[in-house]
Amino acid sequence: MGEFKVHRVRFFDYMPSAIRALAFQPQREKIAVARTSGSVEIFNCADRFFQEKIIPGREQAATEALAWVGDRLFSAGLNGVISEYDLENQKVKYTIDAFGGPIWTIASNQQGTHLAVGCEDGTVKLFEVCEGKIQFEKNLAKQKGRILSLSWHPSGSRIVAGMMDMIRVFNTETGQSVHRLLVERGIGASRSVECVVWGVVYLSDGTIISGDSSGKVKIWDDLTGTLIKSHQVTKWDVLALSVSQDETSVVAGTSEGTVVQFQFLSVVLGQEDKEWVQTRIFKNHTHDVRTVLELGTAVVSGGMDTQFVVRPLLDKIEERGPECVLRKIQFPHRSLVSCAKKAGLLLFQYPGHLELWRLGESDGHGASGSVLPVKRKPEKLLHLKIKGEEHICCSAVSPCGEWIAYSTVASFRLYRLHCDNNNVSITKVSKLPKVLSSANQICFSSDSSKLFAASTCSSVHVVSLSQTVHKFVCTLKPKSGSVQAVHLLAASEDGKWLASANSDREVQIYNLTKMKLHSTVPVYNSGVTAMAIHPTTNNLFMVHADQQVFEYSIEEKKYTDWSRQVQRNGLHYLWLARDTPVTNVTFNPKNPTHIILHDAYMFCIIDQTLPLPDSSSQFYNQLTLRSLPEKDRTKHSHAFKMCKTFKELMFVELMEDQSLVAVERPLVEIAAQLPAPVRQKKFAT
Amino acid sequence: EQNCYLIIQFHPKDTPCCFQVSDQKPLGSWTVKQGQCITCPAVYNSQTKEYVVVTDEKVVRVWKDEDISIEKAFKATVSAEVYRIHSIPDREPVVLFRCGAVRSLDSLLSAPQQPVEKVLSEEEVIRWSTVVQTEQQVVLLFSTEQKDEHYLYVQRFSPNTLVKHRLETHSTPLSFAATYRDGNIHLLYLFSNGCVYESVLQTRPTGLAVSESVQALPRSVLLQLPVGEGELTSASALPLDEAHVAVVGVPHPSAGTGKDYLCLWNTHFQTLQAGRELAGMIYGQLWCYSGKLFVPHGKSLSVIPFECQKSSLASAVGKLKQTSGTKESKAPTLVASWDTLLHGESTQTQKSRVTRKSVRHMVGSVTEVQKDMDAFLCGLEQGELQVAAGRLASELVARCQADPTFYPQATLMQLVETNYMCHSVCPNLLMLALEKNDFRLCQLCLQLFHDIPEAVTCACLKTILSVQDAELEQVNLEADSLLFMKTLTQTTDHSGKDSGQRNGFSPQVLEEESCDVPPDPVTKDKKPAKDPLALDMSCPVGLHRGVLINEVLQTPYSDNLLLPHLKDLTVPQVILLLQYLRFLYLKYSQDVHSQIRALRKPAVTQVMDWVCLLLDAHFTVLVLAPEAKDLLSSLHMFVRSQVKLYSELGKIEGSLEALKKSKKSKEIGQYSIEVIELF
Repeated sequence: MGEFKVHRVRFFDYMPSAIRALAFQPQREKIAVARTSGSVEIFNCADRFFQEKIIPGREQAATEALAWVGDRLFSAGLNGVISEYDLENQKVKYTIDAFGGPIWTIASNQQGTHLAVGCEDGTVKLFEVCEGKIQFEKNLAKQKGRILSLSWHPSGSRIVAGMMDMIRVFNTETGQSVHRLLVERGIGASRSVECVVWGVVYLSDGTIISGDSSGKVKIWDDLTGTLIKSHQVTKWDVLALSVSQDETSVVAGTSEGTVVQFQFLSVVLGQEDKEWVQTRIFKNHTHDVRTVLELGTAVVSGGMDTQFVVRPLLDKIEERGPECVLRKIQFPHRSLVSCAKKAGLLLFQYPGHLELWRLGESDGHGASGSVLPVKRKPEKLLHLKIKGEEHICCSAVSPCGEWIAYSTVASFRLYRLHCDNNNVSITKVSKLPKVLSSANQICFSSDSSKLFAASTCSSVHVVSLSQTVHKFVCTLKPKSGSVQAVHLLAASEDGKWLASANSDREVQIYNLTKMKLHSTVPVYNSGVTAMAIHPTTNNLFMVHADQQVFEYSIEEKKYTDWSRQVQRNGLHYLWLARDTPVTNVTFNPKNPTHIILHDAYMFCIIDQTLPLPDSSSQFYNQLTLRSLPEKDRTKHSHAFKMCKTFKELMFVELMEDQSLVAVERPLVEIAAQLPAPVRQKKFAT
Repeated sequence: EQNCYLIIQFHPKDTPCCFQVSDQKPLGSWTVKQGQCITCPAVYNSQTKEYVVVTDEKVVRVWKDEDISIEKAFKATVSAEVYRIHSIPDREPVVLFRCGAVRSLDSLLSAPQQPVEKVLSEEEVIRWSTVVQTEQQVVLLFSTEQKDEHYLYVQRFSPNTLVKHRLETHSTPLSFAATYRDGNIHLLYLFSNGCVYESVLQTRPTGLAVSESVQALPRSVLLQLPVGEGELTSASALPLDEAHVAVVGVPHPSAGTGKDYLCLWNTHFQTLQAGRELAGMIYGQLWCYSGKLFVPHGKSLSVIPFECQKSSLASAVGKLKQTSGTKESKAPTLVASWDTLLHGESTQTQKSRVTRKSVRHMVGSVTEVQKDMDAFLCGLEQGELQVAAGRLASELVARCQADPTFYPQATLMQLVETNYMCHSVCPNLLMLALEKNDFRLCQLCLQLFHDIPEAVTCACLKTILSVQDAELEQVNLEADSLLFMKTLTQTTDHSGKDSGQRNGFSPQVLEEESCDVPPDPVTKDKKPAKDPLALDMSCPVGLHRGVLINEVLQTPYSDNLLLPHLKDLTVPQVILLLQYLRFLYLKYSQDVHSQIRALRKPAVTQVMDWVCLLLDAHFTVLVLAPEAKDLLSSLHMFVRSQVKLYSELGKIEGSLEALKKSKKSKEIGQYSIEVIELF
């Protein structure tokens, strides 16, 4: 098969930010995730938790809470404003100041007519949800002390608010406080500290469940306003609560990194009387669990350790399938690294800056498994800080390494890079065509003569680049009229074709010589996570979130024979069971039958000449093949050459000199940069 | 009448009153003339049905129920000051004079002016006195104080002897109580520093002549009560049975320093069994008559029926196993319901009457008993059941022992299955079951009792090993344990063939004398019959016997205590048991047991521990017994195989360690260029 020289790169200091809020949209099975950086991500539960959309954050966004109203997503934060998102174009649609100081929480009623926000000044403000906007309706009776958590009664007539040392129940019609439930403080030293009610849940039978900083989950009755039961679940804080839709299960996230489940069960078998009983404890986090979701079949949690964890509830899942595995999503499902193949440059995208690195060199040769001496060390050529508050949403470096482009939601920038030996300078391209105001995805043609920028309504702007003049060529538009943004672009080596994929799962192929739509790939029911056009055959190779691979012949406008064979044959179950999506596809020009893919825990070369593995064959067979004598290897080898030497991969690409670049980001290094978790008593400490 | 209690009480100085407890009505009240003063509690002479009281220290008055005025009744003036009159059931009351002399009332009244000798010195004052009735005689005890020294006098009658003991004191004795038990008088006394001591006095005077110097009374600390702030002032301790003491006027250990508590302590385990705050002032007085405590406090007298269970650690620390899924477990209570008691309700007395009644009812035939029991058990609450179960079982067992034809097996099973029993509550039950060869009950007891003494465990084992197989197989044993044994023996056949090769481990290698030679497959095939391990896989005991032995193996024990009893087993019994243990071990080493789903099964460590214990106990005998030779050599082989395995593991320890180290990824920097090869 062959030897590869691999540049093992670990100097990309990607640091995800902590997860602050989660919100579930049950009809479309989407989860919105808000991070402390202000970014909001949309995950599709039905599509293997594929991260479909990323709305970049901004400085000082301080998003605290999220709420869905139908298909509309709202957030509120400590900056005191409520924002609605434009999910199609992945940006903030508008913001409105609530005039109540920092906002701690936002909650929508089940009817989808109102939003309630809890403010620092002690008011609960109701907003009416109107077409295209929200409108302030009224304040509920103002209280002393901030409102930290809110939950509507399913009927919408009452709302419960968690505060400092107490919980209040409001009548939303009159705005008056109906009940005041006093929450007792912790014992010992924490007696002097106010008890913070971090989470409340209002059930349709009138039960109120609260979680507070004394580590207790309390069950209250709203009719009498009395405490029914108190469960001490942690020595630290209970930070989040979530109830399942059928109201039989509640999960609580704690500072210890645990998620505690309570279920509404009859204590005596066969009897009707039911009680909230603490049933399970999940420990999947090292740090505070700031937010949880009980989806019925799974518990989703996120917190300070930046991981998005999906813990399936196996007793609720009938069939064994991809949904019964524990999922920890650490990396974004799209590449933050781009690479100038010809120049040997890597561009790293951080929220507020870009870094350009030149790879090192080595002239040695060595046996497999050896580490070669580094003749020239890698070199950071550029540190490009962006202007403005908005974070970068996409970036690219041209294959020749001469151009760098990035975009935020507010602006688009193109830079020209001059490199002569040790002197590196850049110049900003000033006169860009007006149409390039912002882009969702950027791509250069392989000869670096054209720039493709994905824009609103699935359109792609084409701009020709030259030393002096940058001319807008045209805008390519799909015929479907989709309003979703394009999240993937792929240009062919010969400059004839451009493929785009959007979150409606449509893949369009444009003819760049005629500048018009060439064909549309049949829509498959899972999102495209990576795609590329083959340099010699011009076949479009696509990988989907459910791990299916397709090869589409652009010229013949149909799936290739190999692709059909894969579909007929079915992929190996171990391939289908992989739990991170493939995020990059690349080819080996020297070996046209080879396709290189990678996900977070492996990279693999698919050899199209070899037979596909069937379910009985050993899928991860590299160690076996290594131990076999040369002549027996062909007998045992199959099309998927899996390499798991490199882990926590963010990017794999084959450079022009046939060396591979593997950008790793070890999770231990991410963990090392996190703040210390709460202290827990361990045995013998 | 059982429910009618006569209390003769002092009202301020001049009015003895008689109350019936059950309806709280005074039965009678008599007043002495003004100016006269009652100086000693009135007593009731049950022989003559007369009341006796002393007024103005020297005038003894005797009257009957019918007499309306004391003045008109009989009176006699005696020559010395009377300290107290003690009444004794069915005997003549005894009069104790302040000077320490003692007379029977009868003899005193016949000659009231008889001279009374001075026993005590001038400054010596009597502080307390009581009379203890033993089987043959009556003993009068009284304590005195003289210049901060305290003495105890023991007066025995016919022949009259008086023994003086010195009480070692660091603080003031507050109360004394004497009871007769097991042929000895147990004197319990409470000091103001909270110490409760017990001294044992022999009923008969010791043969030794009373020496010149007064001996200190030997004593042992029973309890060290919490005293709270300062010393105790008015407190009293009273023994309820050999293990329980009631204390009044002492703070509750977990409720501050208030001293107005009535607490019931278990002296065996130093645990507080029950405690209750009493309203009003505590006088430091406490009596106990026929299963009821009498405590005066404030302006009322509380009568608290109590019941002492057999004292077992399990009940003392409240760890009696309860069936899961029921309500919160209740700690065993001596007093079932304080609240009803202290609020004037009389329900408790009724309930205890029920208990007593049903115990009395245990006289019918087996079926009648069963019927009564069913009715009785379903009417009881859990807390009461706990008290009742042990008593009922003891009562039934006692009857079974007395009447060999009577054996209510189902009822006993039912009682054991309540889960409120333990061995110490009814120690004879298991032995009775063994005697009757009731192995079903025996199995249940072994499963549910956690405090079976090693001697009894051994006795069980002995019976199980010696009883005929035919008899055993008819016994109906618990299904789950049977299933375990069945599966264990069934898997014998097919697992016996392939098990030897599991993980490439072949026990034959160890049979060869030269262990270093790798096994030769040819020889292995040639002489499979010589492989003792593969051959001997049939269960050496019957199904039911195996089940019962399994239960014995799972009972808790401590080796030091078990070992001497194991020596009682005969050699054939030991060999049989060892064979069975070896069978279990073999099965376990084949990983069979992990496939069997059973709630209870002996752990492999339990099996090994028993093998070791048996060998320890009988090794010399076994070595000499020719029939044990095969067994010993095969056991020896096991040990050798284990030793061999561990020594081999020890040899490769270094390599394993190195393997572990090499697994650790080498430190990778920020950047490296590596070569990989894909195949």
